[in-house]
Amino acid sequence: MNSSSHSFGKSVFELLSSMRFAISLLSILAVASIIGTVLKQAEPYNNYVIQFGPFWFEAYEKLGLYDVYHAAWFLVILTFLVASTSVCIYRNAPNFAREMKSFREHVSEQSLNAFKHKHEATTTQTPEALAASAQRYLEGQGYKVKNLPREEGVLLAARAGSWNRVGYFLAHSAIVLICIGGLMDGNLIFKVQQLLGTKKIETRDIPQSQVPAISRLSPSNPSFRGSVQIPEGSSADVVFLNVADGYLVQDLPFTVALKQFRIEHYTTGQPKNFESDIELFDRSGKKIRSATIAVNHPLIQDGIAIYQASFADGGTRLNLRGWNLFAPTASSFPIEGTVHQNATLTSAAGDSTLEFIDFRPFNIEDIGGDAAARGNAMSVLGGSPVGDKKHLRNVGPSFQYKLRDSRGQAREFSNYMLPLELDGRWYMMSGVRDAPNEAFRYLRMPLDADGNLESFMRLRGALLDPALRPEIAANFAHQALPQNAWGTEIEGKLTHSAEQVLALFAQGGFQPLGKFIEEKVPAAEREKAAGTYLRILELAGFEALKIADRQANLPPPKADDATGWLVRDTLNSVSDMFVYGAPIYLQLMNYDEVKASGLQLTRSPGKKVVYFGSLLLTLGVFFMLFVRERRVWLRIKPGHALLAMSSAKHTIDFEKEFTQHAQALDSLTK
Amino acid sequence: MVGAVSLFAVSQYHGDLARMDEAFFLKYLISSQAAIMWMCALFGLATLTYWAGLLARSEFTMKTGSALTWSAVALGFIGLMVRWYESYLIGTDVGHIPVSNLYEVFVLFCLITAMLYLYYEARYQTRQMGAFVLLVISAAVGFILWYALDRDAQGIQPLVPALKSWWMKLHVPANFIGYGSFSISAMLGAAYLLAKRGILASRLPKLEVIDDIMYKSIAIGFAFFTIATILGAMWAAEAWGGYWSWDPKETWALIVWLNYAAWLHIRLVKGLRGPMLAWWALGGLIVTTFAFLGVNMFLSGLHSYGTL
Repeated sequence: MNSSSHSFGKSVFELLSSMRFAISLLSILAVASIIGTVLKQAEPYNNYVIQFGPFWFEAYEKLGLYDVYHAAWFLVILTFLVASTSVCIYRNAPNFAREMKSFREHVSEQSLNAFKHKHEATTTQTPEALAASAQRYLEGQGYKVKNLPREEGVLLAARAGSWNRVGYFLAHSAIVLICIGGLMDGNLIFKVQQLLGTKKIETRDIPQSQVPAISRLSPSNPSFRGSVQIPEGSSADVVFLNVADGYLVQDLPFTVALKQFRIEHYTTGQPKNFESDIELFDRSGKKIRSATIAVNHPLIQDGIAIYQASFADGGTRLNLRGWNLFAPTASSFPIEGTVHQNATLTSAAGDSTLEFIDFRPFNIEDIGGDAAARGNAMSVLGGSPVGDKKHLRNVGPSFQYKLRDSRGQAREFSNYMLPLELDGRWYMMSGVRDAPNEAFRYLRMPLDADGNLESFMRLRGALLDPALRPEIAANFAHQALPQNAWGTEIEGKLTHSAEQVLALFAQGGFQPLGKFIEEKVPAAEREKAAGTYLRILELAGFEALKIADRQANLPPPKADDATGWLVRDTLNSVSDMFVYGAPIYLQLMNYDEVKASGLQLTRSPGKKVVYFGSLLLTLGVFFMLFVRERRVWLRIKPGHALLAMSSAKHTIDFEKEFTQHAQALDSLTK
Repeated sequence: MVGAVSLFAVSQYHGDLARMDEAFFLKYLISSQAAIMWMCALFGLATLTYWAGLLARSEFTMKTGSALTWSAVALGFIGLMVRWYESYLIGTDVGHIPVSNLYEVFVLFCLITAMLYLYYEARYQTRQMGAFVLLVISAAVGFILWYALDRDAQGIQPLVPALKSWWMKLHVPANFIGYGSFSISAMLGAAYLLAKRGILASRLPKLEVIDDIMYKSIAIGFAFFTIATILGAMWAAEAWGGYWSWDPKETWALIVWLNYAAWLHIRLVKGLRGPMLAWWALGGLIVTTFAFLGVNMFLSGLHSYGTL
C-alpha cells in the first residue's frame, strides 16, 4: 500500500515535471485564451441569449465561456502550470546549482580524448609556462579557470556562461511569481465566499444604498477593480464590480467628489484629453486632498489607484420646443427634460413616455468628404499627410431620446441642436431608428431665410389643412393658366386635379400619389404624370405658403430660388414625416450641461509581485538565450597539449569559438 | 547620414507645412510621404534584385540588392523622422512620435525587419536569404500602398488621450523588433523547408546556417517581445487601471509568446532540430500576423487604434 501510493506520488511528480506536460499546458492555455478573444466577454447576459438561443446560452454559461479568464477550469490550468513549473525548478535546482559551481575537474584524459571537439598540439614549453599563458588567454575570453596539477603536468578546467543556468531559475520562478501575483489580483476570495454562500451577486437594478450586505464588499477587501460614474457636483463612496450577470458593491474607505469634468479638444475636434477635478474626503467628512486626474495620470490614495476611465452625461437639463408635426397650425409648446429621466407626453393617440437618454455637446461628423480627394494617387505619393480628414467637423450638440408608446414599443431619436448645411442649404436634422443596431434615418427640415423653422412649419400646416385646400387649388389654377382661360372649364378641371393631388399628398406624402399613378395611369405615361403632379405640388405649395404667410400677418414670400427650394424641401420633409414615427419633433433650444466622469478604482496588491516577476523574467530570458554555457579543458603534458570543449548546445557560434581556441592553442604552443 | 538628410529636410520646411508642395526636395524626395513611397519602391526593387541574384547565382546582383535595402531603410527612417517633425508643424499639441497608428507601425515594421536582416547578412556573410526575407517586407509594403491608396490612411492624426504617454515610445518599437524577428524566422523556415526538399538548395546557404539564424531570430524576437509585453502591461496599469485586462490584443500577445516559448523549449531542452521546427516557425507567422493585424480586423477591444 505504502509503496503503491509512493509510486503514485512519484508518477504525478514525473508527469508534472515532464516537458511534454508543460508544453501541453501551454497549448491548452493558448487555445483557452483564444475562446475568450473570439467570444466577447462579460456582455450583458441578454445579448448572449439572443446570440445563442436559450439552450446553448445555458451550456456556454455552465462552461464559464462568458468570463473564460475567471472560470474555474481556467484557473485550474494556471494552477497546473504553476505546479509544473515549480516542480521543474525543484527537480533541476540542485543539479543546476552543482553544475554551476563545478569545473568537472575529475574528467579523465581518456574521456577528453573521446570528445567530438578536441584539438592536439605539440609544444616545447614546460607545462607550467603553457598553462600560465593558456590561463591568461582563457580568462581574457571570459572563462573562469582552475589550474589543477596532474600527473606529468597540468589540467586546466575552465567554464564560462554559468549565468545561463541562473537564467533558467530566474525565468521559471518569474512565471510562478507572475501567476501568483495574478491570482492575488483575481477574484479568488470572492469565488470562495460565493461557494460558501457568504457573498452573492446582486442582479436587481436598485439604488446602491439598498444593496444588502451579502452583496457588499468591505473597504478592507485586499483586491478589487471597479468603476463608478459620478455627475459633476456629486460624490460616491462605492464602486461597482461587474460579475457575471450582476454586480457587487465595493465600499471605499473614502468619498470621491467630482467638481468638474473636462474634455480638451484638438483644433480638428478630436478629443485631446479627459480630466476630472476630484476631491477626496475621509469617512468623517474631512477633506483629504484635491487633485486632477487624467487618462494616463491616475491618483493613488490608501493603496487605491483612481483612474479616469470614461465619461457620460450626468443629467443635462434640456430646454425644448415641441412641434406637432400633424397639426394644421405652426405653434410650438415648451418642454423641459433631464437626461436619464422620463417625461410623459399626452396626445390624442394616448400617453407616451419620453425617455431622455443622452446629450452630446460635440458631434464630430464626416461632412461632405469630397470623394475626389480619396484614392487620388498623387496625394498619396507625394502629397501632404495633413489633407486627410479635413471634412471631419464638429456639428454641435445633439440629444437622444426614446419615445415609448402605451404598448411599450419604442423608437430612438437623435436631434441636432444646430442646423446642418447640406448641398448649400440649411436644415434641422432629426434621426430616428427602430433598433439600437440600426443606423439613424434622418428627417431634414428646411430653414427659411431668417434661419428659422417657422416657414417650414407654416407651409407644412397649410399643406395638411383640408380647410385651406380649395383656396390653394383655386389660386394655383388661376396662376397656372393664361388670362384667357380664367373662368373656363379648364380652370375648374385643374383646380379639381390640384385638390386631388393635395389631398393624396396630405394622406401620406409621395407614397399615396405614387400608388394613385400606378393604379390610374398607363405604364408608358407614368413618368410624365409623376412629373406633372410634382410640378402641381410645387406650384400649389408656393400658393399655400402665400396663404400661410398672409394668415400669419407676414409679407408675401418672394418668388425666388430660395422660396422654390423651401417649398421643394418642405414637400420632401412632409412626405418623410409620415414614416418618421413620431407625431412631434423636439427642438433643442438651450441646455444646462451636467457631465459625469467614469472613474475606475483599483487595489491590486499583486502588481508588485507581477512586476518583480517580470523583471526576473526579462533577466532570465536574456541569460538563457544569450549566454551560452561552455566548458574547456586543457590537459598539458611535457611536449603535448590536448584541448577539449563542450557545451549543451552545439551551435555555429560554438563551432567558431572552438576553432578560435584551437588556433589560439597553436599559437601559444609555438 | 539619416540624421543629416532628415535635418536637411527639416530645414527645407522653414517651419511651414505648405513648403511640402513647393520645395523640390521635399515634394519629390524627402517629405515624409515621398520618402516612405521611395522606401516602398526600393524595397520592391530590392526584392526583385535579390531573387534575380539568387537565381542567377550573381554575387554582384545580390550586393545591389543589399545596397537597395540599405537605401530603403535610410529613406524609411528619413520618412519617419520628417513625419515626426511634420506632426509638430501641424500643431505643437498634435506632434508625436510616428508609431501611433497602423500605417506608421507598418513602415516601422519594414524598417526593423530589414535592419535585423541586414545585421544577419553582415554577420553570416551570406546574402542568399535576402530573397526570402524581403518577401515578407514586400508584403508589408503592399499593405502600406493599399492602406494609403485605398483607405487614405497616410494622414497624421492627433493622438487619442490613451496614447499620450511616453510608454508608447518604448512599447511599440520593442513589439516590432519581436514581430520583425518572428517574420524573419518564418521566412527562413520556408527557405529551410525548400532547401531540405532540394529546391534552390544549391543556391541557399547550408541548412545549419539557415537553422542557426532562424533560432537566433526567434531568440531575439522572443526576448524583445517579452520586454514589449511587460512594458505594455506597465503602461496598461497606468492607462487602463490594470496591468492585464484580457483585452484581445493582450491575449493574442500571450498566445504569440506561449507559441515561441514552446518552440524554444522544444529546441533548447529537447534539442530538436530540422523540418518540424521550420514548419513551426512558418506557422508562427500566422499566429503573429493574427496578433498584429487580425485582432485589429476582427476583434474589438482596448487596443483599437488601427482599424481597417
